[in-house]
Amino acid sequence: MSIVIDNMTKSFGGTSVLRGIDLTVQTGELVALLGPSGSGKTTLLKIIAGLEWPNSGGLRVNEQDWLGLAAQDRRIGFVFQHYALFPHMSVRDNIAFGLTVRPRAERPGKSVIAAKVEELLHFLQIAHLGDRYPAQLSGGQRQRVALGRALAIQPTVLLLDEPFGALDAAVRRDLRAWLRSVHQETGSTTIFVTHDQEEAFELADRVVVMGDGRIEQIGNADQIHDHPASPFVARFMGATIELPVTIRAGRVEALGLDASRLPRRALPDGPATLFLRPDDVTPVADASGRFQISRAASNGAILRLELTDGTLSLPVDLPRRAPEAQGLTSGTRVTLRPEAGAIFSGGRDAPAPRTVTEFPRKEQSL
Amino acid sequence: MSSVTALTHAPGQSRAVPRLLIGLAFFLTAIFVVAPMAFIFWRAMAEGWGAYVGNILDPLTLHATALTVLVAVIVVPINIAFGIAAAWAIARFRFPGRKLLVTMIEIPFSISPIIAGICYLLLYGRQGLLGPLLADANLKVMFALPGIVLVTMFVTAPFVAREVLPLMQAQGSEQEEAAVTLGARGWQIFSRVTLPNIRWALLYGAVLCTARAVGEFGGVSVVSGSIRGQTNTLPLQIELMFNDLNTTGAFAAASTLTVIALVVLVVKAALESRR
Repeated sequence: MSIVIDNMTKSFGGTSVLRGIDLTVQTGELVALLGPSGSGKTTLLKIIAGLEWPNSGGLRVNEQDWLGLAAQDRRIGFVFQHYALFPHMSVRDNIAFGLTVRPRAERPGKSVIAAKVEELLHFLQIAHLGDRYPAQLSGGQRQRVALGRALAIQPTVLLLDEPFGALDAAVRRDLRAWLRSVHQETGSTTIFVTHDQEEAFELADRVVVMGDGRIEQIGNADQIHDHPASPFVARFMGATIELPVTIRAGRVEALGLDASRLPRRALPDGPATLFLRPDDVTPVADASGRFQISRAASNGAILRLELTDGTLSLPVDLPRRAPEAQGLTSGTRVTLRPEAGAIFSGGRDAPAPRTVTEFPRKEQSL
Repeated sequence: MSSVTALTHAPGQSRAVPRLLIGLAFFLTAIFVVAPMAFIFWRAMAEGWGAYVGNILDPLTLHATALTVLVAVIVVPINIAFGIAAAWAIARFRFPGRKLLVTMIEIPFSISPIIAGICYLLLYGRQGLLGPLLADANLKVMFALPGIVLVTMFVTAPFVAREVLPLMQAQGSEQEEAAVTLGARGWQIFSRVTLPNIRWALLYGAVLCTARAVGEFGGVSVVSGSIRGQTNTLPLQIELMFNDLNTTGAFAAASTLTVIALVVLVVKAALESRR
């Protein structure tokens, strides 16, 4: 059930929500749409479901044009963040709903539906809840029922909109593992929306990072972590340090910076910005260093430093027991040695480059 | 030193205050609601059971009762349909003039019914704007059933919509979207998802609408012409009899109207208890 999205745009009353989306999802793949709120990920999901229509672009599923197809005829399983269960129906009736609304000619017999529901209840590990009503269930149980209701119609595509967003951390972790196993057993093509990086990377075969209506990068956790395709992705992946630097012959140069650990880059000479995560940097004690430690705090495992050169202020994290951490206290002058980082040409406020590198899919690259 | 005391209420607060308030509520309800109603039945029976039955079965009163019920039977279903349609349109869609529509639906709440009656008279009456047109078509709206129904519809228009709308807005459209993705069509979505969700608000709105339709006086008195045995509804009949100094008859008719209202309330309570 491959899904091909082609140059799709969508705006709501003058506000562009999708600005040209191209994406192909392969049969049986589990893909995450990851991005901050307002990035257009939910709108994209709703367009695939047929709950919204794009302004332009194409949507083909298995070579069939889905934009000419009503939501009812697409056979998609859609799971909402807030479950959207029918409160006046028992769990059993909720799960059976999609089968009982079929036209008489296609509708399975009552006993067939009942058997199917029973099978799903067992498969989803909620067999004992069949006669309860949604109001009598916990959040995690409700989401299991919602997924059961979506799976009952044997969907061509399974779409989940922030499926664990309303649940607490322990239940989330639980359901994540459970959803992964459900996907493995059903093999259905699945797309889910999340703003939680951990969730996206742990669950998905491929992660699509979205920002401001565009796809910023597609890849797996390591690719996106180590090689962010744009300043947006770098920031979204936790690079809170942005240092203005100069590129000379592919080398990064800046005052008070020891860039010897950074590899050469094929970037033009000139100003650039170095994006660093707080744990990508090692401060090296140096009496003539540019930065001074203004604050040092430890949570036992991590030593958290606040560095300043008078104008810039940056956070640095390092393991407290690491040899590099010894002797670093408030007032120490240091030089920064980045161990890894992302570099983009142009100054801090220069527009982000719009080239997106698509990495090969996980199983091919590893 | 004091030992541990079980507290059933916050220290420093007397139980007298809540008791006083509860007592006051009962007292006022008794004076303002129960006593007048009891008085109606007491006066209606003042000349004995036989006279009471005779008064109720008086042909003119009976005709008024039948007309009142007929008007309610026509108006309430129309208003239920209108109320659901209006609430659904306002809750589910964004369109120009949406706020204006909400305000317009509420107009009958703020306008005196008698003004509505006069407007209809000026519009549909013989001297009215559409009068000649209606006369040519041989349609009699004023001083006839259509006029009474129109005015009653106007007066009761907001009841169902105002009950259902807040609920539909609070619930949002996710359940309906879920039904769509599961393959349900328009009527299936309405009957199996939308309607069950709003049924109690709908019932409550319908009860209020019925009570108002049955009891409407001001607007109807303008457009009905109060022709005895023809266009006299029960509230108008009560007033006529009262003016005729037929007090017992007036109270008997009033008791019928009260019974209709009580039956509606009992039906509502019975339905709600099955919730």
